[in-house]
Amino acid sequence: MSRYARPVDFKHGKVDLTHGSGGRAMAQLIDELFVRHFDNPILDSMNDGACFALPAGAGRMVMATDGHVVSPLFFPGGDIGCLSVHGTVNDVAMAGGRPLYLSAGFILEEGFPLADLKRIVVSMADAAREAGVPIVTGDTKVVEQGKVDGVFITTTGVGVVPDGIELGPDRIRPGDCILLSGCIGDHGVAILSKRENLSFETEIQSDTAALHTLTAAMLDAVPSIRALRDPTRGGLSAVLNEFAGQSGCGIAIREKDIPIRGEVAAACELLGLDPLHVANEGKLVAVCPPEDAERLLAVMRAHPLAAGAAIIGTAIVDPQHFVQMETVFGGRRMVDWLTGEQLPRIC
Amino acid sequence: MKYIDEFRDGELARGIAATIAAEVQPARRYRLMEFCGGHTHAISRYGLLDLLPPAVRMIHGPGCPVCVLPIGRIDSAIELAREHGVILCTYADTLRVPASGGLSLTRAKAQGADIRMVYSCDDALRIAQENPAREVVFFAIGFETTTPPTAAIIRQAAALDVPNFSVFCNHVLTPAAMVHIMESEGDPDAVALDGFVGPAHVSTVIGSQPYEAFAAHYHRPVVISGFEPLDVMQSILMLVRQINAGRAEVENQFTRAVSREGNRKAQALVAEIFELREAFDWRGLGEVPRSALQIRPAFARFDAERRYGIGYRQVADPKACECAAILRGHKHPADCKVFGTVCTPDHPIGACMVSSEGACAAYYTYGRFNVVVKEAGVA
Amino acid sequence: MCLAIPARVVELPGADRAIIELSGVRKEVSVALVDDVVVGDYVIVHVGYAIGKLDQDEAATTLSLFAEMAATHDGDLPLTPPLA
Repeated sequence: MSRYARPVDFKHGKVDLTHGSGGRAMAQLIDELFVRHFDNPILDSMNDGACFALPAGAGRMVMATDGHVVSPLFFPGGDIGCLSVHGTVNDVAMAGGRPLYLSAGFILEEGFPLADLKRIVVSMADAAREAGVPIVTGDTKVVEQGKVDGVFITTTGVGVVPDGIELGPDRIRPGDCILLSGCIGDHGVAILSKRENLSFETEIQSDTAALHTLTAAMLDAVPSIRALRDPTRGGLSAVLNEFAGQSGCGIAIREKDIPIRGEVAAACELLGLDPLHVANEGKLVAVCPPEDAERLLAVMRAHPLAAGAAIIGTAIVDPQHFVQMETVFGGRRMVDWLTGEQLPRIC
Repeated sequence: MKYIDEFRDGELARGIAATIAAEVQPARRYRLMEFCGGHTHAISRYGLLDLLPPAVRMIHGPGCPVCVLPIGRIDSAIELAREHGVILCTYADTLRVPASGGLSLTRAKAQGADIRMVYSCDDALRIAQENPAREVVFFAIGFETTTPPTAAIIRQAAALDVPNFSVFCNHVLTPAAMVHIMESEGDPDAVALDGFVGPAHVSTVIGSQPYEAFAAHYHRPVVISGFEPLDVMQSILMLVRQINAGRAEVENQFTRAVSREGNRKAQALVAEIFELREAFDWRGLGEVPRSALQIRPAFARFDAERRYGIGYRQVADPKACECAAILRGHKHPADCKVFGTVCTPDHPIGACMVSSEGACAAYYTYGRFNVVVKEAGVA
Repeated sequence: MCLAIPARVVELPGADRAIIELSGVRKEVSVALVDDVVVGDYVIVHVGYAIGKLDQDEAATTLSLFAEMAATHDGDLPLTPPLA
């Protein structure tokens, strides 16, 4: 049955340099791990490139790529595998695209447990299957110990943007409403809780999720949406500052309308972090004309991934392109980009 | 969050703000220095200035241990990691502080120095125990709040006899810096101050008693204040009332966490491990006598300064910076030519831009909107 | 300054150690600097150490004082001007 004398030892085996050398060991790993779990006809054809037809009347194509280097690799609510699928699917979705296919490039560290690799690949395969976006081509490299941190995964996605959908921050106008799809900071706090030196216990799980069905529903109902973006690294503040900078507007938000879980707020207090800077992996920010905002909000709330959606502010005239916030306290402050790296403060 | 959220109630704040507005007297000025970066942070983050009447002016003090750490001390920390090859453990706050030659701990790390961020000094001792073949130095900074944990870890290292662990001590003292600010009143760069919002968690450790001589000698009211925005509002009202009545007392708004005596256990431990330094250089303020601590000779083997023969070399602050004038309340961050142009939180030049608690960084991050609005004359 | 947060002690797992809880977040800290900590106490946590206890009666007093200070002028001050 098997073309190989002995199956890959996914229980106790480790990645070694032969798994990336182009020889039999690599072919076997590809067969028994990647092809088996990603399991789709395009990948099965085992060409170096994936060949596929576009859907009829597809409109424009969209392509996005994302490198994943998360530490720890496994965290509450997910792992680097499903994250690498969701991240790229979401990048395609935020362009207004319907994601079609993914590619995956693995850089593995010599000595990495094959059991962990299998767990990651299965998680990727499940995420891709659930999203309906197959992984149709890929690449594996192995580097010496210490050159990467376990495993790095780069995924690329292609999709199609239906005619009539034009998204971009340059289309934002003063008066437009800013909508957020749910609680902020869950992913970042879930990751931080497992970092060595910080470890704390919470029930918080990463919000990692593929958002393309949500964006499709939103764009179907409200094609006038100006811009979509997912607040990943740099958090909500980064997206709002990008929108402000790229649109030439200012943005004014209300702190009391921004959904946040008690545990996330508490963890941020303990570590001295601003939740507006904390990463998300399953949330999006949408901007639409004011007259469509309530309708868009209703569509979002009807979707399981945006049940907690809220209108959090508006675009305003501001030659400085600042993001400002009315605080829960009743004062006003700026919302700036994250400075440097996000690290716990003592003061 | 119990004991946090209740102290952030905007409705109550507006009520207190109305009381402050009603009680300020038109003929008087209320120039209040909040010594601590924690208060600066709260004022900026919650937009407290929007609630205060124009007669009340808040002046940001030098109470941020990261901001006042002089360049020479960061240089020494980098030297420990690079020349002596130690694992340098540090709180994340110090990582981006500018050192000489365009360096910082972050950049030194990128160039290969073994510099590790810790959340607690406990982690530094653990790293030493896990790496017996390496020398591990904890780069200790902070005011009286952060000193007792460092004392505890030195005592523990002695008890466990960990030979490869030492501490590079940069702990500084609050009352000495407050005295220094008042002593520089004759200085043209200094602004007359009418009262002080006193430290919160520093006072949890040292108590309110150490400020009594200060208030009496300089005849300035001091109100020890919590770091939550309602605490700050209430403290401002208490200061306004003292100033109106011509009183100069130490009052304690933060009674839930500060007593007159403070935390005796922590004080005793600090006294066991540390002794006064003759003088310490503060970024922005210069040399301040008896304003810092060093490790006692009995614990010399845990003192990185002795162990590695580190001498302090004073490095001048960048010329363009108005830090000294800003730290003394004479100038506003927006008065500084390099503010927001050359000097930003991503590329800090001066002390006040270094930590998110610094006056300039707080303005840049949270209040720049107000500065610009003021300048543009927009309502 | 000194970022420190009041949190409730929920467990005392060993000498000078405590598990504190803040809105569903639990963390182990040292209580070596504070005497006689018992479960149910609120402590002020800074860099992994409790640096003092929070006096719950005093907290209640301060809160009632806020209300008193604000009471006479409630609603006198206009809200912050609108953002736009």
